[in-house]
Amino acid sequence: MSAVSGTYHPPVLRNQPILALAGNPNTGKSTLFNALTGLRQHTGNWPGKTVLQARGSLVHDGRKYIVVDLPGTYSPLANSAEEEVARDFICFAKPDVTVVVVDATCLERNLSLVLQVMEITEKVVVCVNLIDEARRRGIRIDIRRLSQKLGLPVVATAARTGEGLGQLLDEAVGVIRGTLKPKPNRTIYHKKIEEAVSSLEPEVRACLNGELDSRWVALRLLEGDASIVEFLKRLSSEAMHPLESTVIGYQRCVDSLMKQANKLSGHGQNEVRDSIVQTIYEAAERIARGVISREVEQKTDWDRKIDNILTSPVWGFPIMFGLLAGVFWITLTGANYPSAVLADGLFRVEARLTDLFTALNAPEWLHGFLVLGVYRCAAWVVAVMLPPMAIFFPLFTLLEDAGYLPRVAFNLDGFFKRAGAHGKQALTMSMGFGCNAAGVLSCRIIESPRERLIATLTNVFVPCNGRFPALIALATIFAGGAVTISLSGIVATLTVSGLVVFGIAVTLFASWLLSRTLLQGIPSSFVLELPPYRRPQVGQVIVRSLLDRTIFVLGRAVIIAAPAGGLIWVLANTAVGDVTILSVLAGQLDPLGRNMGLDGFILLAFILGLPANEIVLPVLIMSYLSGSALTEPGSIASLRQLLVEQQGWTWLTALCTMLFMLCHWPCGTALYTIRREQNSWRWTLLAALIPAAVGVLVCLSVNYAVRGLGLV
Amino acid sequence: MAGLVTLNAVPVGSSALVTKISAAGMTRRRLLDLGLVPGTRVEVVRRSLLGDPVAYNIRGALVALRKEQSSQVVVSNGE
Ligand SMILES: Nc1nc2c(ncn2[C@@H]2O[C@H](COP(=O)(O)OP(=O)(O)OP(=O)(O)O)[C@@H](O)[C@H]2O)c(=O)[nH]1
Ligand SMILES: [Mg+2]
Repeated sequence: MSAVSGTYHPPVLRNQPILALAGNPNTGKSTLFNALTGLRQHTGNWPGKTVLQARGSLVHDGRKYIVVDLPGTYSPLANSAEEEVARDFICFAKPDVTVVVVDATCLERNLSLVLQVMEITEKVVVCVNLIDEARRRGIRIDIRRLSQKLGLPVVATAARTGEGLGQLLDEAVGVIRGTLKPKPNRTIYHKKIEEAVSSLEPEVRACLNGELDSRWVALRLLEGDASIVEFLKRLSSEAMHPLESTVIGYQRCVDSLMKQANKLSGHGQNEVRDSIVQTIYEAAERIARGVISREVEQKTDWDRKIDNILTSPVWGFPIMFGLLAGVFWITLTGANYPSAVLADGLFRVEARLTDLFTALNAPEWLHGFLVLGVYRCAAWVVAVMLPPMAIFFPLFTLLEDAGYLPRVAFNLDGFFKRAGAHGKQALTMSMGFGCNAAGVLSCRIIESPRERLIATLTNVFVPCNGRFPALIALATIFAGGAVTISLSGIVATLTVSGLVVFGIAVTLFASWLLSRTLLQGIPSSFVLELPPYRRPQVGQVIVRSLLDRTIFVLGRAVIIAAPAGGLIWVLANTAVGDVTILSVLAGQLDPLGRNMGLDGFILLAFILGLPANEIVLPVLIMSYLSGSALTEPGSIASLRQLLVEQQGWTWLTALCTMLFMLCHWPCGTALYTIRREQNSWRWTLLAALIPAAVGVLVCLSVNYAVRGLGLV
Repeated sequence: MAGLVTLNAVPVGSSALVTKISAAGMTRRRLLDLGLVPGTRVEVVRRSLLGDPVAYNIRGALVALRKEQSSQVVVSNGE
């Protein structure tokens, strides 16, 4: 992926032709993009996976083409931020060809978008994707006939397997080069609408100077599309008139167009819109009927059967919890061994490094800073955090690829509705498990600004991939320590799953509170498509997400953990009077920490961990270690020794640390993303303060309750 | 049993014909974009755990709507 951007870029002079991929959500645009460009744009079996446009390139017959992957849309009129990206791109950037990707198993609905896009531009190629799935369900599509009826080139593809891609490219390149000229059969609307269009269109044409299709603009004006005015005004400032006087003239022109359109459709704008959409759907229906044939025998509807179980009133929630716990259990048990091996290897390297420094007669401080600080902290991150992350992420991606996430949203929506939040918040929350910054970004799929803000502010309450390895480690040490070895894995799993459920409860409560105080309002409309289940591409998902994760964590270890380690070493080895700076800082934080069931070092680690949550536990270990000598660092056993025997942690300390791990400020990247998405410092600050306040309150109450009851 | 009701009143397992969308603004546009135009047959597929939302089969796609939306779709209930 090169430039990834959510905002509109003026159509810069470009020497490479652009191929844009548009279409309904979840039709395989990103999969197609990856197949065409060899890049690795994220895909997932739920509508709304892509919220930004991604760019890549491909070479065909020795010429280079830019490929742009757009977010999915139901119509070319923008309703939400991510749909706006798609509309703006098609209208302003004017791709040299727009490939509309349609779902072969749901052709009729998808055709309505094709019919609308071809009103904006003639340079359209239709890609009937998921043809393999259609075949499996006994759906046959007459591609030649479809092409005739639309007046556009049509190609059947299966983006996953690569079927039909060569032909798709040929047609797309043909359109770009002009050797292939699509002659779209445009939809004819009701007589009255057509009359109004003919009287309005000449003026639109004069006003727009050929920048946009005048018939399309006239139709939008007639149906009173609120966004079209803003859209036309932006067009004036960004695309066509460089001189101010012409801008004013143009705006006057737009205003007069508006008035005229209003006069033509009067108060009947809704009727105009209805009539237009109805005509489009009738056309889509007619075309679909003419090209689809179904095999007679209806096979068993597996999707319904699976849904009967996964969303059943009895089994729905237990299965959700079971899957969550299952994923954690595999992560926890699977990570044990590689963690130990990694720790062993990395600390062996540390010993060799120390030998090297001694042999070179390097000064003590240099060895301390580089080996005991920088290297050790990075090593801790890799040893403790990497294995669980590398296991969890592929598992999560498998569930996502199979199509389970929309079912979670469907199951949980009742709660979110009661909390005054949007149903898709369950989806953005799920994205948060991978990474809260990604979760915040995915909030774009929520149209209403109020609900998007609620989802953004509460996203941090699900533990991201950078936090739950620490939860797992602590749960293993403490929950596991309380019972026999054979049960310890299960107890630890239940602890972590319980924490996640608690996090979801906090999310709902915080959303409820926000929608009653700072962000009052009525819930906006909720529309969620439940895509068919798909067999996940197991091998590919595992290899890719494993590689992605490994590289990501290693990168973070180098960029963030290493300097943090160096800093800790400096703080721990610079004395003011007789005490080190580290002890002074921790001492300052100690009273608050103790009240919260923590200590000063733990709070300090959370603060130093602001850039990335992965480093919180390693930083804590580092600062504990700086005062003592741990003979054999690395394994969970030695961690237990450090925390319990040397630092006097009880299960309450662990619990409060885990709770604060769950509820504190978002990491630097997430905050940066919130700032960019909301474009407001105030909300960014609140996004940090709200969870922090929740965390402090929760820890205080738990600490006092447990101590009050005399449980420790 | 033919008569005008709203979509949320149609029981699971049966289907109905859309006659009118009474919503306005954004909701109206969303519903129309999904293909809920007059004359469309909608099948009520399942209710979620807490009773709302409900999943409908609209033009071959499974779409979940909350009661606030489905009550703005007027349908004629009856085969
Ligand atoms: N069987 C089959 N599955 C496919 C094909 N193309 C895509 N998929 C799957 O369909 C799902 C959606 O694919 P994406 O590429 O994420 O869809 P998208 O159009 O980018 O979706 P949004 O970004 O949400 O609009 C994924 O689970 C893909 O693996 C195909 O040709 N055949
Ligand atoms: Mg996509």
